[in-house]
Amino acid sequence: MAITDLTACRMREALRRREFSALEAADASLAAIARLDGRVRAFLSVDADGARRRAAGIDKRLAAGEPAGLLAGVPVAVKDNMCTADGQATTCASRILGGWRAPYDAHVVERLAAEGAVVVGKTNLDEFAMGSSTENSAFGATRNPWDLERVPGGSSGGSAAAVAARMVPLALGSDTGGSIRQPAALCGVVGLKPTYGRVSRYGLVAFASSLDQIGPFGRTVADAALLLQATAGHDPRDSTSVPEAVPDYLAALEEPVRPLRIGLPKEFFGAGLDPEVRRVVRDALAAYERLGAQMVEVSLPHSAEYAIAAYYIVATSEASSNLARYDGVHYGRRSSDHADMIDMYMRSRVQGFGDEVKRRVMLGAYALSAGYYEAYYKKALRVRRLIRRDFQDAFKTVDCIMGPTSPTAAFRQGERTADPLAMYLSDVYTVSCNLAAIAGVSVPCGFTRAGLPVGLQIITDVFTEDRLLRIARMYERETAWADRSPPVCEARP
Amino acid sequence: MTAADLLPTIGLEVHMHLKTRTKLFCGCPVRYDARPNSCVCPVCLGMPGVLPVMNGRAVELAVRMALALGCAIPDLAKWDRKHYYYPDLPKNYQISEYDQPLGIGGFLDVETPRGAVRVGITRVHLEEDAGKLMHDERGGNFSVVDLNRTGTPLLEIVSEPDIHGAEDARAYAEALRQLAVYLGVGDCHLQLGQMRFEPNVSLRIGTGPDGKPRYTPISEIKNLNSFRSVERAVVFELARHRQEYVANPAEYTLENLGKETRGWRDDEGVSFLQRSKEEAHDYRYFPEPDLVPFVPDRAWVEAVRATVPELPQGRRRRFISEYGLPEYDAGVLTAERGVADFFEKVAGLVKDPKTASNWMMQDVMRVLNERKAGIADLGMTPEALAELVSLVKQGAINRNKGTEVFGKMLASGKPAGEIVRQDGLAQVADAGAVEAFVDQALAANARTVEDYKGGKKAALGRLMGEAMKASGGKANPQLVREILLRKLGG
Repeated sequence: MAITDLTACRMREALRRREFSALEAADASLAAIARLDGRVRAFLSVDADGARRRAAGIDKRLAAGEPAGLLAGVPVAVKDNMCTADGQATTCASRILGGWRAPYDAHVVERLAAEGAVVVGKTNLDEFAMGSSTENSAFGATRNPWDLERVPGGSSGGSAAAVAARMVPLALGSDTGGSIRQPAALCGVVGLKPTYGRVSRYGLVAFASSLDQIGPFGRTVADAALLLQATAGHDPRDSTSVPEAVPDYLAALEEPVRPLRIGLPKEFFGAGLDPEVRRVVRDALAAYERLGAQMVEVSLPHSAEYAIAAYYIVATSEASSNLARYDGVHYGRRSSDHADMIDMYMRSRVQGFGDEVKRRVMLGAYALSAGYYEAYYKKALRVRRLIRRDFQDAFKTVDCIMGPTSPTAAFRQGERTADPLAMYLSDVYTVSCNLAAIAGVSVPCGFTRAGLPVGLQIITDVFTEDRLLRIARMYERETAWADRSPPVCEARP
Repeated sequence: MTAADLLPTIGLEVHMHLKTRTKLFCGCPVRYDARPNSCVCPVCLGMPGVLPVMNGRAVELAVRMALALGCAIPDLAKWDRKHYYYPDLPKNYQISEYDQPLGIGGFLDVETPRGAVRVGITRVHLEEDAGKLMHDERGGNFSVVDLNRTGTPLLEIVSEPDIHGAEDARAYAEALRQLAVYLGVGDCHLQLGQMRFEPNVSLRIGTGPDGKPRYTPISEIKNLNSFRSVERAVVFELARHRQEYVANPAEYTLENLGKETRGWRDDEGVSFLQRSKEEAHDYRYFPEPDLVPFVPDRAWVEAVRATVPELPQGRRRRFISEYGLPEYDAGVLTAERGVADFFEKVAGLVKDPKTASNWMMQDVMRVLNERKAGIADLGMTPEALAELVSLVKQGAINRNKGTEVFGKMLASGKPAGEIVRQDGLAQVADAGAVEAFVDQALAANARTVEDYKGGKKAALGRLMGEAMKASGGKANPQLVREILLRKLGG
């Protein structure tokens, strides 16, 4: 078995037993990237020298018998909207940052280093994490390893594709409205969005501050649990990160949750859901029934009707504010052909931002304008509270909520780029989780007849990631989806 | 309605830097003398990915000031983003408080030449300061920016339009400064830009048909940085409003023209239009998602209230009623908290407030004025002064020698008792010794004695002086006087 076929948990054990070195693991990952990424284009930058140097350092610690961390020697990819002070650029897949190099590490990047992970590179995304297909990158689209003609989902499409194509066993993404779970579903990997406040956002370039959350990608539930373990916890630099203790996510992972009551919102199985996705998800639910779970129909009325609308008001409003700082004055790209200061602002932004970013900044600026604030942003916040209440009510009678992660499997490159609304509907099942600030995961649950992966979304209440992972693992044990590797890995050039 | 009936109606927005060691959202030091852009970090530079963390000390000082102004501290205050593009504001939004500030509805009593005036306080809120933009003054087409000031904690205090004249506007601004310094909330050095003023000026032009008062348009004059410019700008603006209104009473009204923003050219002494109502910014306020709302614990608020010392006006009144000090002396002794504290300490130790006040006014304040120094730099503790005052009270030395000893204490740092001993300054109160000094004076000034006996009562003073001189200034003056009168047969 090749090193790159190992899950992070297996790799970690093998490294500890010195079956191979961290340097060999890094080299295997770098070789896979070199072999595959010309076609997948998951990475925006690869730091081969840095990765090898860090791996050699880990090997020294391991050889000396010193503690080397939870992820000692495991290669990890980081979405390129998280700051790294390692000399690699932090681009957010935008021209406007102009190759900006962060002078500091994001909290999660510090955590990775402290746990001995070897960051090999930074992955592609929709510009400033705005999109559902990773086509909105200023540096080219990422392809889906299961079908290179199709999108990997987004916005964390680079991280999802890198894990799916086994270039790295683990990657970090960020999820504002489904940006971890939807690409995880479309790429056939596990992707988890933690409770808002579980992981520090310090050093994550903000898209929508009240919704953004960093989370793990892995090929298995245990791998996702491992990476969450390494990154979760309070950080005084993020006032919205919560000083709750982090449970041991791996310790009880194999213990099933019994009895298990699964809430099925009828709104998640209505119009717009692809019949094949419906069938595959129903099969997964049947597997839970066989495990003794009880199915309960629940209703999330506000979620179904208003989630997308509320989401696009809150997210674009906050984005218009967060992205105001990209003006060419202090860092990043500045226009060279301006007449005066105002002209410099305008040209720098017009030239630096892509269309989707401009669209959202304009939507957000409009929603926050005097006279519209009450009608839009304030009303959206009220809807948000109602959505949260829907979930709170549901969790009184069920342990979790399940449904499809995405209404369709991976769509074709270019299929939705001309129709922003169709693209926005890719997130119809995922945005409520962010609006309600609760935890959600997408786990692989089968394939369409065309061989495209389908994801099952599981949602639990705030700070119950331990139960969420156990519920996901119950199902994963019964299946072998994680063993399948995408065609791109098999095809030799 | 004649021009004379137009009532000046003025509200003031005052910004002041809070006295914190570090900035509002990061650990960078607050400094005024540092190299440009040397007190900065990714957070105050607004770099991608950074988050603000609220400075607890700044919140405490803001609440202390709000409490001292009699404001209510609401159960929830929140932070908001105020958006505008300018190169001295790296995020292109300022974190401030929009509709739920941390202090609401207070007042400040201000002493003016026409008596005390109560000015209502609308609100007190905390926000971050911006950097400084400097333009190339040699005509080049570039500007430079210093971001050391970016993120400095700034308190904004908004008054009600309760001020009715330029002098009162100035008095209010000065009283706020005195209060902030008293409370230890801010240093308020105007020359460092630690306090800035924005008067909102208009004239009341009688009442409308609905019975409500009508006004000329409101002019907000931006960014004044001295008390003098506040007074001058308000005087100028009131005159301008009067002129505009008299020329065009139907048009020049608040309902027609709204609020305008004006700048002030201090060298020319004129204001100029910056933005009219139509050009007003839309700041697109919305709640700051990176900070949690401020939900003050009531016990904490009370603990902060306990740190609010007695305020200058109240203390002044108490000095008059409790200690029987003259109004002027009470004003001088309460103008600065350190002086008032010093005085009360001495008064308590010598158990004689009037005498202590006398020493403060004649000796301590004289020295401070000469040196242009603060009480902290006096170089003498209240205890040391109290010892000196007690020596005089007990008759160990006389009052004039006391002043001499005071000077020697300042110069040497030695206690009063030691100086009196070493320099042999102890008062001579032995009747026999004093009588000898008196006899000496009488013998040497026969003419003056004649004058006195001839009815010139003023001659007594001259003879007193001669006797004191004979004693080297050490004789007990009371005793000299008694013996002298006895010998002169008075």
